Amino acid sequence: MSNIESLAPPVQLRNVVRQFGQQRVIDGLDLDIAPGEFVALLGASGSGKTTLLRSLAGLDSIDSGQLRVPKARAAVFQEPRLMPWKRAWKNVILGLRVPDAKERAVQALTEVGLAHRLDAYPATLSGGEAQRVALARGLVREPKLLLLDEPFAALDALTRIKMHRLIIELWRKHTPAVLLVTHDVDEAILLADRVIVLAHGKIAEQLSIDLPRARDTGQDGFQAIRARLLSLLGVEVDVPAEVAPAVASGVRRFAHG
Amino acid sequence: MTEKSLNASSFSVDKVARLQGEPEGVSRLIPVWLRNWRTPEVLLRLVSPIVLLLAWELASELGLIPQRVIAAPSQIGGTLWAMIVSGELGKHLLVSLQRALLGLSIGVSIGVVAALVTGLSKRGEVILDSPMQMLRTIPSLALVPLFILWFGIGEFTKIALIVTGTIFPVYLNLFAGIRNIDPKLIEAANTLGLNRRELIWHVILPGSLPSFFVGLRYSLGISWLALVFVEQINTTAGIGFLASDARDFMRTDVIVICLLIYSVLGLLIDGLIRTLERFALAWRPSFVRN
Repeated sequence: MSNIESLAPPVQLRNVVRQFGQQRVIDGLDLDIAPGEFVALLGASGSGKTTLLRSLAGLDSIDSGQLRVPKARAAVFQEPRLMPWKRAWKNVILGLRVPDAKERAVQALTEVGLAHRLDAYPATLSGGEAQRVALARGLVREPKLLLLDEPFAALDALTRIKMHRLIIELWRKHTPAVLLVTHDVDEAILLADRVIVLAHGKIAEQLSIDLPRARDTGQDGFQAIRARLLSLLGVEVDVPAEVAPAVASGVRRFAHG
Repeated sequence: MTEKSLNASSFSVDKVARLQGEPEGVSRLIPVWLRNWRTPEVLLRLVSPIVLLLAWELASELGLIPQRVIAAPSQIGGTLWAMIVSGELGKHLLVSLQRALLGLSIGVSIGVVAALVTGLSKRGEVILDSPMQMLRTIPSLALVPLFILWFGIGEFTKIALIVTGTIFPVYLNLFAGIRNIDPKLIEAANTLGLNRRELIWHVILPGSLPSFFVGLRYSLGISWLALVFVEQINTTAGIGFLASDARDFMRTDVIVICLLIYSVLGLLIDGLIRTLERFALAWRPSFVRN
Protein backbone atom coordinates (compact mmCIF):
# COMPACT_ATOMS: atom_id res chain seq x y z
CA MET A 1 0.00 0.00 0.00
CA SER A 2 2.62 2.49 1.05
CA ASN A 3 4.71 1.23 -1.82
CA ILE A 4 2.01 2.08 -4.34
CA GLU A 5 1.49 5.43 -2.72
CA SER A 6 5.15 6.28 -2.86
CA LEU A 7 5.22 5.38 -6.54
CA ALA A 8 2.28 7.60 -7.44
CA PRO A 9 3.46 11.03 -8.58
CA PRO A 10 3.45 13.32 -5.54
CA VAL A 11 2.36 16.26 -7.64
CA GLN A 12 -0.50 15.94 -10.13
CA LEU A 13 -2.08 18.97 -11.77
CA ARG A 14 -4.88 18.66 -14.32
CA ASN A 15 -6.26 21.62 -16.22
CA VAL A 16 -5.52 24.01 -13.36
CA VAL A 17 -6.82 27.57 -13.76
CA ARG A 18 -6.06 30.54 -11.53
CA GLN A 19 -7.23 33.98 -12.48
CA PHE A 20 -7.08 37.42 -10.99
CA GLY A 21 -9.94 39.43 -12.42
CA GLN A 22 -9.98 38.84 -16.16
CA GLN A 23 -6.38 37.74 -16.34
CA ARG A 24 -5.71 34.02 -16.33
CA VAL A 25 -2.37 33.69 -14.59
CA ILE A 26 -2.47 29.91 -14.80
CA ASP A 27 -4.43 28.77 -17.80
CA GLY A 28 -5.23 25.06 -18.01
CA LEU A 29 -1.94 23.72 -16.72
CA ASP A 30 -1.11 19.99 -16.58
CA LEU A 31 1.91 18.91 -14.60
CA ASP A 32 3.20 15.72 -12.98
CA ILE A 33 6.26 15.52 -10.83
CA ALA A 34 7.64 12.05 -10.10
CA PRO A 35 8.89 11.00 -6.66
CA GLY A 36 12.37 12.32 -6.12
CA GLU A 37 12.40 14.28 -9.36
CA PHE A 38 14.15 17.66 -9.52
CA VAL A 39 12.14 20.05 -11.70
CA ALA A 40 13.12 23.62 -12.48
CA LEU A 41 10.54 26.14 -13.57
CA LEU A 42 11.65 28.98 -15.82
CA GLY A 43 9.61 31.81 -17.16
CA ALA A 44 9.56 35.53 -17.71
CA SER A 45 8.09 37.77 -15.01
CA GLY A 46 4.34 37.40 -14.93
CA SER A 47 4.35 33.97 -16.53
CA GLY A 48 2.66 32.44 -13.50
CA LYS A 49 5.68 30.73 -11.89
CA THR A 50 5.21 32.18 -8.45
CA THR A 51 1.44 31.76 -8.51
CA LEU A 52 1.91 28.09 -9.36
CA LEU A 53 4.38 27.62 -6.54
CA ARG A 54 2.10 29.38 -4.07
CA SER A 55 -0.77 27.11 -5.08
CA LEU A 56 1.42 24.06 -4.53
CA ALA A 57 2.52 25.43 -1.15
CA GLY A 58 -1.09 25.89 -0.10
CA LEU A 59 -0.72 29.65 0.14
CA ASP A 60 -3.11 30.30 -2.72
CA SER A 61 -6.15 28.47 -4.04
CA ILE A 62 -7.02 27.55 -7.61
CA ASP A 63 -10.16 28.54 -9.47
CA SER A 64 -10.75 25.28 -11.30
CA GLY A 65 -9.06 22.00 -12.18
CA GLN A 66 -7.49 19.29 -10.08
CA LEU A 67 -4.47 19.74 -7.88
CA ARG A 68 -2.91 17.00 -5.79
CA VAL A 69 0.12 17.62 -3.61
CA PRO A 70 1.52 15.68 -0.66
CA LYS A 71 0.72 16.94 2.83
CA ALA A 72 4.38 16.67 3.70
CA ARG A 73 5.76 19.62 1.80
CA ALA A 74 8.05 22.48 2.63
CA ALA A 75 8.86 25.79 1.01
CA VAL A 76 11.99 27.93 0.97
CA PHE A 77 11.58 31.48 -0.34
CA GLN A 78 13.91 34.10 -1.72
CA GLU A 79 14.15 35.66 1.74
CA PRO A 80 14.88 33.25 4.56
CA ARG A 81 11.71 34.29 6.43
CA LEU A 82 13.08 33.24 9.80
CA MET A 83 11.39 34.49 12.96
CA PRO A 84 13.85 37.14 14.20
CA TRP A 85 12.92 36.47 17.84
CA LYS A 86 13.79 32.78 17.75
CA ARG A 87 17.24 31.26 17.84
CA ALA A 88 18.29 29.23 14.81
CA TRP A 89 17.38 25.82 16.23
CA LYS A 90 14.01 27.05 17.47
CA ASN A 91 13.28 28.38 14.00
CA VAL A 92 14.07 24.98 12.52
CA ILE A 93 11.54 23.11 14.66
CA LEU A 94 8.83 25.77 14.61
CA GLY A 95 5.51 23.98 14.14
CA LEU A 96 7.13 20.54 14.38
CA ARG A 97 5.27 18.37 16.88
CA VAL A 98 7.74 15.64 17.82
CA PRO A 99 9.21 14.75 21.22
CA ASP A 100 12.89 14.82 20.24
CA ALA A 101 12.63 18.18 18.51
CA LYS A 102 15.92 19.62 19.73
CA GLU A 103 17.92 16.63 18.50
CA ARG A 104 16.20 16.84 15.13
CA ALA A 105 17.07 20.54 14.91
CA VAL A 106 20.72 19.87 15.77
CA GLN A 107 20.84 17.12 13.17
CA ALA A 108 19.25 19.28 10.47
CA LEU A 109 21.50 22.25 11.17
CA THR A 110 24.56 19.98 11.18
CA GLU A 111 23.55 18.75 7.73
CA VAL A 112 23.60 22.28 6.36
CA GLY A 113 26.93 22.97 8.08
CA LEU A 114 25.61 25.21 10.84
CA ALA A 115 26.22 23.05 13.92
CA HIS A 116 28.13 25.97 15.42
CA ARG A 117 25.28 28.50 15.01
CA LEU A 118 22.49 26.63 16.83
CA ASP A 119 21.84 29.43 19.31
CA ALA A 120 22.35 32.35 16.95
CA TYR A 121 19.59 34.88 16.38
CA PRO A 122 18.75 35.41 12.69
CA ALA A 123 20.00 39.01 12.87
CA THR A 124 23.52 37.70 13.42
CA LEU A 125 23.49 35.28 10.48
CA SER A 126 24.85 36.10 7.04
CA GLY A 127 22.54 35.84 4.03
CA GLY A 128 23.87 32.41 3.11
CA GLU A 129 23.68 31.12 6.67
CA ALA A 130 20.11 32.34 7.09
CA GLN A 131 19.12 30.65 3.85
CA ARG A 132 20.72 27.41 5.06
CA VAL A 133 18.69 27.62 8.28
CA ALA A 134 15.58 28.04 6.12
CA LEU A 135 16.63 24.97 4.15
CA ALA A 136 17.14 22.98 7.37
CA ARG A 137 13.72 24.15 8.53
CA GLY A 138 12.20 22.75 5.35
CA LEU A 139 14.06 19.45 5.34
CA VAL A 140 13.57 18.65 9.02
CA ARG A 141 9.91 18.02 8.14
CA GLU A 142 11.01 15.27 5.72
CA PRO A 143 8.92 16.63 2.87
CA LYS A 144 7.81 14.58 -0.11
CA LEU A 145 7.80 17.86 -2.03
CA LEU A 146 10.28 20.67 -1.55
CA LEU A 147 9.30 24.01 -3.11
CA LEU A 148 12.10 26.47 -3.76
CA ASP A 149 11.10 29.99 -4.82
CA GLU A 150 14.27 31.61 -6.16
CA PRO A 151 16.08 30.68 -2.97
CA PHE A 152 19.52 31.66 -4.27
CA ALA A 153 18.58 34.89 -6.04
CA ALA A 154 19.57 37.18 -3.17
CA LEU A 155 22.91 35.47 -2.48
CA ASP A 156 26.29 36.53 -3.78
CA ALA A 157 27.84 34.49 -6.58
CA LEU A 158 30.27 32.53 -4.40
CA THR A 159 27.66 31.63 -1.80
CA ARG A 160 25.33 30.59 -4.59
CA ILE A 161 27.85 28.04 -5.91
CA LYS A 162 28.13 26.51 -2.43
CA MET A 163 24.36 26.46 -2.07
CA HIS A 164 23.99 24.63 -5.40
CA ARG A 165 26.28 21.91 -4.13
CA LEU A 166 24.50 21.75 -0.80
CA ILE A 167 21.05 21.51 -2.34
CA ILE A 168 22.09 18.62 -4.60
CA GLU A 169 23.71 16.83 -1.68
CA LEU A 170 20.61 17.20 0.48
CA TRP A 171 18.30 16.26 -2.37
CA ARG A 172 20.21 13.02 -2.88
CA LYS A 173 20.10 12.25 0.82
CA HIS A 174 16.44 13.02 1.50
CA THR A 175 15.06 12.33 -2.02
CA PRO A 176 12.12 14.72 -2.00
CA ALA A 177 10.57 15.80 -5.27
CA VAL A 178 11.82 19.35 -5.85
CA LEU A 179 10.24 22.23 -7.73
CA LEU A 180 12.67 25.09 -8.16
CA VAL A 181 11.42 28.41 -9.48
CA THR A 182 14.28 30.46 -10.90
CA HIS A 183 15.26 33.19 -13.33
CA ASP A 184 18.70 31.78 -13.81
CA VAL A 185 18.87 29.50 -16.85
CA ASP A 186 22.31 28.18 -15.90
CA GLU A 187 21.10 27.33 -12.42
CA ALA A 188 18.14 25.43 -13.83
CA ILE A 189 20.36 23.34 -16.13
CA LEU A 190 22.96 22.73 -13.43
CA LEU A 191 20.46 21.40 -10.91
CA ALA A 192 17.37 19.95 -12.53
CA ASP A 193 16.35 16.64 -14.12
CA ARG A 194 13.76 18.49 -16.12
CA VAL A 195 13.36 22.16 -17.01
CA ILE A 196 9.91 23.55 -17.69
CA VAL A 197 9.40 26.85 -19.44
CA LEU A 198 6.18 28.57 -18.48
CA ALA A 199 4.56 31.18 -20.70
CA HIS A 200 1.10 32.71 -20.41
CA GLY A 201 0.15 30.29 -17.65
CA LYS A 202 0.92 27.20 -19.70
CA ILE A 203 3.87 24.91 -20.20
CA ALA A 204 5.51 26.27 -23.33
CA GLU A 205 8.25 23.68 -23.46
CA GLN A 206 9.94 21.12 -21.30
CA LEU A 207 13.39 19.64 -21.63
CA SER A 208 14.85 16.63 -19.90
CA ILE A 209 18.42 17.35 -18.91
CA ASP A 210 20.41 14.13 -19.09
CA LEU A 211 23.81 15.68 -18.67
CA PRO A 212 25.79 13.51 -16.26
CA ARG A 213 25.96 14.96 -12.81
CA ALA A 214 28.60 16.99 -11.26
CA ARG A 215 27.55 19.32 -14.05
CA ASP A 216 29.27 22.44 -15.17
CA THR A 217 28.57 25.09 -17.76
CA GLY A 218 31.44 23.93 -19.96
CA GLN A 219 30.04 20.44 -20.35
CA ASP A 220 29.27 19.08 -23.81
CA GLY A 221 25.76 20.00 -24.71
CA PHE A 222 25.31 22.51 -21.89
CA GLN A 223 25.52 25.59 -24.06
CA ALA A 224 23.15 24.14 -26.63
CA ILE A 225 20.49 23.55 -23.98
CA ARG A 226 21.15 27.02 -22.61
CA ALA A 227 20.70 28.65 -26.02
CA ARG A 228 17.52 26.69 -26.57
CA LEU A 229 16.03 27.72 -23.25
CA LEU A 230 17.07 31.33 -23.66
CA SER A 231 15.45 31.54 -27.06
CA LEU A 232 12.26 30.11 -25.57
CA LEU A 233 12.45 32.93 -23.04
CA GLY A 234 12.89 35.46 -25.81
CA VAL A 235 16.65 35.99 -25.61
CA GLU A 236 18.48 35.13 -28.81
CA VAL A 237 22.07 34.01 -28.40
CA ASP A 238 24.61 32.78 -30.84
CA VAL A 239 25.29 29.14 -30.09
CA PRO A 240 28.65 29.65 -28.51
CA ALA A 241 31.88 28.57 -30.05
CA GLU A 242 32.57 25.52 -27.96
CA VAL A 243 35.91 25.47 -29.64
CA ALA A 244 37.08 28.44 -27.63
CA PRO A 245 39.07 26.62 -24.97
CA ALA A 246 39.97 29.68 -22.95
CA VAL A 247 36.32 30.41 -22.23
CA ALA A 248 35.40 26.81 -21.59
CA SER A 249 38.09 26.23 -19.02
CA GLY A 250 38.06 29.65 -17.44
CA VAL A 251 34.46 30.65 -16.97
CA ARG A 252 32.71 27.44 -16.09
CA ARG A 253 30.06 27.19 -13.46
CA PHE A 254 29.88 24.01 -11.44
CA ALA A 255 27.31 22.10 -9.48
CA HIS A 256 28.76 19.13 -7.71
CA GLY A 257 26.84 16.14 -6.51
CA MET B 1 56.97 68.10 8.66
CA THR B 2 54.15 67.84 6.23
CA GLU B 3 54.53 68.30 2.60
CA LYS B 4 51.51 68.63 0.41
CA SER B 5 51.76 68.92 -3.28
CA LEU B 6 49.05 69.38 -5.77
CA ASN B 7 49.67 69.19 -9.43
CA ALA B 8 47.34 68.74 -12.30
CA SER B 9 46.76 65.00 -11.99
CA SER B 10 47.34 63.92 -8.42
CA PHE B 11 47.22 64.90 -4.79
CA SER B 12 49.72 63.48 -2.38
CA VAL B 13 50.55 63.84 1.30
CA ASP B 14 53.97 63.09 2.70
CA LYS B 15 54.05 63.14 6.49
CA VAL B 16 57.09 62.39 8.65
CA ALA B 17 56.30 60.07 11.56
CA ARG B 18 56.15 61.85 14.94
CA LEU B 19 59.12 61.11 17.14
CA GLN B 20 58.25 59.29 20.35
CA GLY B 21 61.64 60.07 21.92
CA GLU B 22 62.65 62.44 24.72
CA PRO B 23 60.70 65.67 24.95
CA GLU B 24 62.65 68.82 24.42
CA GLY B 25 62.78 72.18 26.19
CA VAL B 26 60.72 73.10 29.25
CA SER B 27 58.37 70.09 29.05
CA ARG B 28 61.28 67.93 30.19
CA LEU B 29 60.86 69.34 33.70
CA ILE B 30 57.23 68.15 34.04
CA PRO B 31 56.83 64.53 35.27
CA VAL B 32 55.51 61.99 32.80
CA TRP B 33 52.22 61.26 34.61
CA LEU B 34 51.35 64.94 34.57
CA ARG B 35 52.29 65.34 30.94
CA ASN B 36 49.98 62.47 30.03
CA TRP B 37 47.14 63.70 32.26
CA ARG B 38 43.71 63.73 30.63
CA THR B 39 40.76 65.12 32.57
CA PRO B 40 37.87 62.60 32.39
CA GLU B 41 34.98 63.64 30.15
CA VAL B 42 32.50 63.34 33.05
CA LEU B 43 34.34 65.90 35.12
CA LEU B 44 34.51 68.30 32.22
CA ARG B 45 30.81 68.00 31.68
CA LEU B 46 30.15 68.76 35.36
CA VAL B 47 31.97 72.07 35.21
CA SER B 48 29.24 74.21 33.69
CA PRO B 49 26.35 72.95 35.90
CA ILE B 50 28.49 73.56 38.98
CA VAL B 51 29.34 77.05 37.83
CA LEU B 52 25.64 77.75 37.25
CA LEU B 53 24.73 76.47 40.70
CA LEU B 54 27.43 78.62 42.28
CA ALA B 55 26.19 81.68 40.39
CA TRP B 56 22.63 80.94 41.52
CA GLU B 57 23.77 80.55 45.13
CA LEU B 58 25.75 83.77 44.96
CA ALA B 59 22.83 85.70 43.44
CA SER B 60 20.54 84.42 46.21
CA GLU B 61 23.04 85.41 48.91
CA LEU B 62 23.35 88.88 47.46
CA GLY B 63 19.56 89.24 47.32
CA LEU B 64 19.47 89.48 43.53
CA ILE B 65 17.01 86.54 43.44
CA PRO B 66 14.37 86.93 46.16
CA GLN B 67 13.35 83.77 47.98
CA ARG B 68 9.72 84.07 46.93
CA VAL B 69 10.87 83.66 43.31
CA ILE B 70 13.14 80.71 44.01
CA ALA B 71 15.10 79.48 47.01
CA ALA B 72 18.88 79.22 47.13
CA PRO B 73 20.41 75.86 46.21
CA SER B 74 21.89 75.47 49.69
CA GLN B 75 18.46 75.98 51.24
CA ILE B 76 16.88 73.49 48.83
CA GLY B 77 19.57 70.96 49.72
CA GLY B 78 19.01 71.51 53.43
CA THR B 79 15.25 71.12 53.16
CA LEU B 80 15.65 68.01 51.03
CA TRP B 81 17.92 66.44 53.61
CA ALA B 82 15.53 67.35 56.44
CA MET B 83 12.58 65.87 54.54
CA ILE B 84 14.47 62.66 53.82
CA VAL B 85 15.60 62.28 57.44
CA SER B 86 12.13 62.92 58.88
CA GLY B 87 10.64 60.34 56.47
CA GLU B 88 8.16 62.92 55.17
CA LEU B 89 9.45 62.68 51.62
CA GLY B 90 9.43 58.88 51.68
CA LYS B 91 5.82 58.80 52.83
CA HIS B 92 4.58 61.11 50.07
CA LEU B 93 6.68 59.37 47.45
CA LEU B 94 5.26 56.00 48.36
CA VAL B 95 1.69 57.27 48.05
CA SER B 96 2.40 58.80 44.63
CA LEU B 97 4.16 55.70 43.35
CA GLN B 98 1.29 53.50 44.46
CA ARG B 99 -1.22 55.69 42.63
CA ALA B 100 0.83 55.80 39.46
CA LEU B 101 1.53 52.08 39.40
CA LEU B 102 -2.04 51.08 40.20
CA GLY B 103 -3.46 53.36 37.52
CA LEU B 104 -0.80 52.34 35.05
CA SER B 105 -1.24 48.61 35.53
CA ILE B 106 -5.01 48.80 35.16
CA GLY B 107 -4.73 51.10 32.11
CA VAL B 108 -2.06 49.01 30.41
CA SER B 109 -4.01 45.80 31.05
CA ILE B 110 -7.15 47.26 29.48
CA GLY B 111 -5.12 48.59 26.55
CA VAL B 112 -3.46 45.23 25.95
CA VAL B 113 -6.70 43.27 26.10
CA ALA B 114 -8.45 45.72 23.77
CA ALA B 115 -5.55 45.66 21.29
CA LEU B 116 -5.50 41.86 21.28
CA VAL B 117 -9.24 41.75 20.60
CA THR B 118 -9.12 44.27 17.75
CA GLY B 119 -5.73 43.18 16.42
CA LEU B 120 -6.39 39.47 16.27
CA SER B 121 -9.97 39.39 15.03
CA LYS B 122 -11.69 41.20 12.23
CA ARG B 123 -14.96 41.15 14.11
CA GLY B 124 -13.26 42.55 17.19
CA GLU B 125 -11.88 45.40 15.12
CA VAL B 126 -15.27 46.23 13.67
CA ILE B 127 -16.91 46.30 17.08
CA LEU B 128 -14.25 47.81 19.31
CA ASP B 129 -11.90 49.93 17.22
CA SER B 130 -14.14 52.88 16.39
CA PRO B 131 -15.27 53.52 19.99
CA MET B 132 -11.64 53.29 21.07
CA GLN B 133 -10.61 55.78 18.41
CA MET B 134 -13.38 58.15 19.49
CA LEU B 135 -12.50 57.93 23.18
CA ARG B 136 -8.84 58.35 22.36
CA THR B 137 -9.35 61.88 21.09
CA ILE B 138 -10.77 63.12 24.42
CA PRO B 139 -7.98 64.57 26.60
CA SER B 140 -8.29 62.60 29.81
CA LEU B 141 -7.91 65.71 31.95
CA ALA B 142 -11.05 67.12 30.31
CA LEU B 143 -12.91 64.27 32.03
CA VAL B 144 -12.10 65.63 35.48
CA PRO B 145 -15.42 67.48 36.05
CA LEU B 146 -17.45 64.47 34.92
CA PHE B 147 -15.41 62.03 36.99
CA ILE B 148 -15.76 64.23 40.06
CA LEU B 149 -19.54 64.27 39.58
CA TRP B 150 -19.63 60.51 39.10
CA PHE B 151 -17.07 59.26 41.57
CA GLY B 152 -16.61 62.16 44.00
CA ILE B 153 -13.23 63.63 44.82
CA GLY B 154 -11.76 60.54 46.44
CA GLU B 155 -9.05 58.12 45.47
CA PHE B 156 -11.19 56.42 42.82
CA THR B 157 -11.34 59.49 40.60
CA LYS B 158 -7.58 59.92 40.75
CA ILE B 159 -6.85 56.36 39.74
CA ALA B 160 -9.57 56.44 37.08
CA LEU B 161 -8.00 59.51 35.47
CA ILE B 162 -4.59 57.83 35.32
CA VAL B 163 -6.23 54.73 33.86
CA THR B 164 -8.02 56.64 31.08
CA GLY B 165 -4.78 58.38 30.18
CA THR B 166 -2.69 55.24 29.96
CA ILE B 167 -5.00 52.92 28.02
CA PHE B 168 -4.63 54.49 24.61
CA PRO B 169 -0.88 54.67 23.96
CA VAL B 170 -0.62 50.95 24.68
CA TYR B 171 -3.76 50.18 22.70
CA LEU B 172 -2.74 52.12 19.59
CA ASN B 173 0.85 50.91 19.47
CA LEU B 174 0.11 47.26 20.18
CA PHE B 175 -2.73 47.23 17.66
CA ALA B 176 -0.44 48.74 15.00
CA GLY B 177 2.31 46.30 16.00
CA ILE B 178 0.03 43.31 15.54
CA ARG B 179 -1.24 44.53 12.19
CA ASN B 180 2.19 45.47 10.88
CA ILE B 181 3.79 42.06 11.30
CA ASP B 182 5.55 41.10 8.08
CA PRO B 183 2.96 39.11 6.07
CA LYS B 184 5.84 37.04 4.70
CA LEU B 185 6.53 35.71 8.18
CA ILE B 186 2.86 34.80 8.58
CA GLU B 187 2.99 33.02 5.23
CA ALA B 188 6.10 31.13 6.29
CA ALA B 189 4.35 30.14 9.51
CA ASN B 190 1.41 28.85 7.47
CA THR B 191 3.63 26.69 5.28
CA LEU B 192 5.18 25.30 8.47
CA GLY B 193 1.76 24.13 9.59
CA LEU B 194 1.27 26.36 12.62
CA ASN B 195 -2.28 26.51 13.88
CA ARG B 196 -3.98 29.72 14.96
CA ARG B 197 -2.94 29.46 18.60
CA GLU B 198 0.69 28.70 17.70
CA LEU B 199 0.71 31.51 15.16
CA ILE B 200 -0.36 34.01 17.82
CA TRP B 201 2.05 32.68 20.41
CA HIS B 202 5.16 32.16 18.26
CA VAL B 203 4.78 34.85 15.62
CA ILE B 204 2.28 37.61 16.33
CA LEU B 205 2.92 38.31 20.02
CA PRO B 206 6.73 38.30 19.89
CA GLY B 207 6.58 40.33 16.68
CA SER B 208 4.42 43.04 18.23
CA LEU B 209 6.38 43.26 21.48
CA PRO B 210 8.62 46.15 20.32
CA SER B 211 5.52 48.24 19.56
CA PHE B 212 4.07 47.34 22.94
CA PHE B 213 7.14 48.73 24.63
CA VAL B 214 6.84 51.99 22.71
CA GLY B 215 3.27 52.28 23.95
CA LEU B 216 4.27 51.39 27.49
CA ARG B 217 6.80 54.21 27.55
CA TYR B 218 4.24 56.74 26.42
CA SER B 219 1.79 55.44 29.02
CA LEU B 220 4.38 55.79 31.75
CA GLY B 221 4.99 59.39 30.82
CA ILE B 222 1.27 60.07 30.84
CA SER B 223 0.71 58.38 34.20
CA TRP B 224 3.33 60.68 35.65
CA LEU B 225 1.76 63.72 34.05
CA ALA B 226 -1.72 62.78 35.27
CA LEU B 227 -0.31 62.24 38.74
CA VAL B 228 0.94 65.82 38.95
CA PHE B 229 -2.53 66.98 38.10
CA VAL B 230 -4.78 64.69 40.10
CA GLU B 231 -2.76 65.11 43.27
CA GLN B 232 -3.67 68.78 43.35
CA ILE B 233 -7.34 67.98 43.94
CA ASN B 234 -8.31 67.17 47.51
CA THR B 235 -5.31 65.16 48.64
CA THR B 236 -3.52 64.82 51.93
CA ALA B 237 -0.52 62.90 50.68
CA GLY B 238 1.59 62.51 47.56
CA ILE B 239 4.16 64.57 45.74
CA GLY B 240 1.45 66.66 44.07
CA PHE B 241 -0.03 67.45 47.48
CA LEU B 242 3.39 68.40 48.74
CA ALA B 243 3.77 70.84 45.85
CA SER B 244 0.36 72.49 46.22
CA ASP B 245 0.81 72.71 49.98
CA ALA B 246 4.20 74.36 49.44
CA ARG B 247 2.57 76.83 47.09
CA ASP B 248 0.14 77.91 49.80
CA PHE B 249 3.04 78.58 52.16
CA MET B 250 5.27 80.06 49.43
CA ARG B 251 7.90 77.40 50.06
CA THR B 252 9.76 77.59 46.75
CA ASP B 253 12.40 75.19 48.06
CA VAL B 254 9.82 72.42 48.53
CA ILE B 255 8.34 73.08 45.09
CA VAL B 256 11.75 72.67 43.49
CA ILE B 257 12.25 69.44 45.42
CA CYS B 258 8.96 68.11 44.06
CA LEU B 259 10.02 68.96 40.52
CA LEU B 260 13.32 67.20 41.10
CA ILE B 261 11.55 64.09 42.38
CA TYR B 262 9.31 63.97 39.32
CA SER B 263 12.21 64.17 36.92
CA VAL B 264 14.44 61.71 38.80
CA LEU B 265 11.63 59.17 39.10
CA GLY B 266 10.77 59.62 35.42
CA LEU B 267 14.36 58.84 34.51
CA LEU B 268 14.47 55.83 36.83
CA ILE B 269 11.29 54.33 35.41
CA ASP B 270 12.48 54.88 31.86
CA GLY B 271 15.70 53.10 32.78
CA LEU B 272 13.66 50.24 34.17
CA ILE B 273 11.75 49.89 30.89
CA ARG B 274 15.02 49.95 28.95
CA THR B 275 16.32 47.10 31.06
CA LEU B 276 13.11 45.15 30.48
CA GLU B 277 13.44 45.72 26.73
CA ARG B 278 17.00 44.52 26.79
CA PHE B 279 15.82 41.16 28.10
CA ALA B 280 12.56 40.83 26.22
CA LEU B 281 13.92 42.04 22.85
CA ALA B 282 17.34 40.41 23.04
CA TRP B 283 16.91 39.27 19.44
CA ARG B 284 16.77 42.77 17.97
CA PRO B 285 19.76 43.74 15.83
CA SER B 286 20.48 46.73 18.08
CA PHE B 287 20.83 44.49 21.13
CA VAL B 288 22.38 41.43 19.54
CA ARG B 289 26.13 41.15 19.91
CA ASN B 290 28.11 38.79 17.76
